[in-house]
Amino acid sequence: MEPAQEHSPISPYQTLVQVWLVLLLLTAILVFVSTKYHEALSVWAMLTLTPLKAGLVFYYFMHLKYEKPFLKTMVLIAIAALLIFIGLTFLDILQR
Amino acid sequence: MSKPAAALTHTGPKDYQGAKLGMWIFLFTELLLFGGLFILYSSYRAIYPHDFHEGGRHLNVVLGVVNTVFLLTSSLTVAVSISALRKGNRRLTLQCLGATIVLGILFLANKYIEWSEEIRRGIYPNGPELEKLPNGEKIFYGLYYSMTGLHGLHVLAGVVVLTVMLAFVIKNRVTAADYVKLENAGLYWHLVDVIWIFLLPMLYLAA
Repeated sequence: MEPAQEHSPISPYQTLVQVWLVLLLLTAILVFVSTKYHEALSVWAMLTLTPLKAGLVFYYFMHLKYEKPFLKTMVLIAIAALLIFIGLTFLDILQR
Repeated sequence: MSKPAAALTHTGPKDYQGAKLGMWIFLFTELLLFGGLFILYSSYRAIYPHDFHEGGRHLNVVLGVVNTVFLLTSSLTVAVSISALRKGNRRLTLQCLGATIVLGILFLANKYIEWSEEIRRGIYPNGPELEKLPNGEKIFYGLYYSMTGLHGLHVLAGVVVLTVMLAFVIKNRVTAADYVKLENAGLYWHLVDVIWIFLLPMLYLAA
């Protein structure tokens, strides 16, 4: 009989530490840009670096990297649903 | 011979994938809960950009960044604790879980210092200083208290859950072969971290 459960691979310590260092670096860049530079640039830094940081946590720390396409798709649908709500809200606000 | 007591104790194979899927579905509801607040924030920010800018200027950026470092590090320690448990390194698991709990408590202590400072300044619901501010700033501080407060409650819940997991590891109820409880607790903790990753630029770096 085949085993009842499939377990995902164990995340190596080295990868986890590297991801943590990248997260700290991205935070440092975000704080630096938003305190030293023009508002437009800092807004762009927020809109790009923040989702990137969240993505790293999802992909490596929450080990989505090792999950099956089914779970990955579910996560994408949940995030897409939220983004659609945000998009529709802004369509409304910007036309007032 | 039938033993009714045995039927009450679950000894059969556990549904590992099912347990994890259930946790993820719960996390989606959390995502939409905070997502609603994020929508509220961005809608009002679009209406009162100047007031939100001013509100953010008075928040303590240093405490916000220190708390970010605490949470990012605690996410690392909880992830390492799961890898360590699965590799059979129980000692490292306990150390990392302990570190995660301490970092969570330090986060809450920082939050206490921060809120006390704001309240001392008269910035709280119906507070004397808050009443003098323009409407947009009142909304900013309302969202600041709601979002950091709700997030703080999640950190508190996470600390409690991780403490229970620490006890489970000590009592061998969570082991290298049966670790899904710790993994799910870790997933919850990471989501709390992700929410803070968004709150930092929205509130503290808004100026």
